[in-house]
Amino acid sequence: MATPLVVSELTKSFTMHLQGGIRLSIVEDVAFAVRAGECAVLGGPSGVGKSSILKMVYGNYCADGGQIIVSHRGELVDLVAADPRTVMAVRRETIGYVSQFLRVVPRVSALDVVAEPLLAAGETPETARERSAALLSRLNLPERLWSLPPATFSGGEQQRVNVARGFITAHPILLLDEPTASLDKVNARVVVDMIAEKKQEGTALLGIFHDQEVREAVADTIIDVTGFAPRRDAA
Amino acid sequence: MTEEALLSARSLSKFYGNRIGCADVSFDLWPGEVLAVVGESGSGKTTLLNCLSTRLLPTSGVVSYRMRDGTFRDLYRMSEAERRFLMRTDWGFVHQNPADGLRMTVSAGANVGERLMALGERHYGNIRASATDWLGRVEIAEDRVDDQPRAFSGGMRQRLQIARNLVTGPRLVFMDEPTGGLDVSVQARLLDLLRGLVQDMGLAALVVTHDLAVARLLSHRIMVMKEGYVVETGLTDRVLDDPQAPYTQLLVSSILQV
Repeated sequence: MATPLVVSELTKSFTMHLQGGIRLSIVEDVAFAVRAGECAVLGGPSGVGKSSILKMVYGNYCADGGQIIVSHRGELVDLVAADPRTVMAVRRETIGYVSQFLRVVPRVSALDVVAEPLLAAGETPETARERSAALLSRLNLPERLWSLPPATFSGGEQQRVNVARGFITAHPILLLDEPTASLDKVNARVVVDMIAEKKQEGTALLGIFHDQEVREAVADTIIDVTGFAPRRDAA
Repeated sequence: MTEEALLSARSLSKFYGNRIGCADVSFDLWPGEVLAVVGESGSGKTTLLNCLSTRLLPTSGVVSYRMRDGTFRDLYRMSEAERRFLMRTDWGFVHQNPADGLRMTVSAGANVGERLMALGERHYGNIRASATDWLGRVEIAEDRVDDQPRAFSGGMRQRLQIARNLVTGPRLVFMDEPTGGLDVSVQARLLDLLRGLVQDMGLAALVVTHDLAVARLLSHRIMVMKEGYVVETGLTDRVLDDPQAPYTQLLVSSILQV
């Protein structure tokens, strides 16, 4: 089976220059692979570095070292070393991301927020909006909200917009940062079904799920992030 | 990547006597890409913008531009006439103060139409039709087309300046603090408009701003400047979410939360 995402020797620390240059090690020697059609879940308690790993894979955190190899347009690309234009192309075509919080743009309607990644991938505005409407209605977002900018939406409504935005494209890799955290049971169930469909389609999914029920429903493998804790030098 | 850069700077420096304006700046800008230049006042952002747009002669370094015929030309080895032609057609320049980019005593329609006339358009009906169309695209009502910008609010003037710049279908737009003097609600509207236009037209843009939220909303990449030097550069969300340079960390941590 194809393995579109392979991570190895990945290391991350933060240097806080404003706090006298304190260096915080987050993770060391992270290594895992995600196969097509599989959902891998990053596990471990809060603060262990799950989100940091996800953000490095998406490219909004920079790694200190290691490799993140993705299969992009039939070639292997190392995202740790890639230039910004390559990362942008990878995001447009290969890696989708459902973040925990929606970053809202003033005056852009929920329908267009969701349609945007599909437009960027070259789809026509009509098709993109149709698909967007279909996803929003599947996620039970009331139709009267579709034409409004999501800034004033509740947490759960914003999250459903976010989920729809992440799921609308057919990216071969999809990253999920607690996509069900502020959803009720009914809508969390919809997301679980949508994840199952993505697996059927051969998408490689990597996610963080704190809700145990959801995690058990979607996870094929659990990656224990505590195993990547930095080795403390004898202090 | 098979695509070629549209604008490229190599070791660009500008000194004012022995004071540094900007020093040793190198980067490439690609078609359709928006690059934000951020930093505090006096960091050299505007000097850099002016050196790139041939408004200020650099002390050293090279700026090259991909012409419509595909040739890559050194801007400072072109004739003055060629540079002027670029400025009038292929480029736009949006000033912080709209009064610097508009003619305040001719009508809004004429402000937009003037750039078309510089391109050789002579048919009054066509010019007026494009001008009206562009005023509509920047959300200025059709019945204001004969008014002078003096009678416009700050936000309207800025939108008019944008229309004036984009009417010729430029490939590259320079913007110097485009939302600088506007109140926040007007800013949001302008930003959204700019974002849409840049996306629809596939424009490349270089946006100088001290406002990181503006950079986040508009740009793909960020270049952080301090005391004339580029201290950090990268993908916009990477630079803002995980700033590496001490100065960038200071900038990011200084944003007030609402």
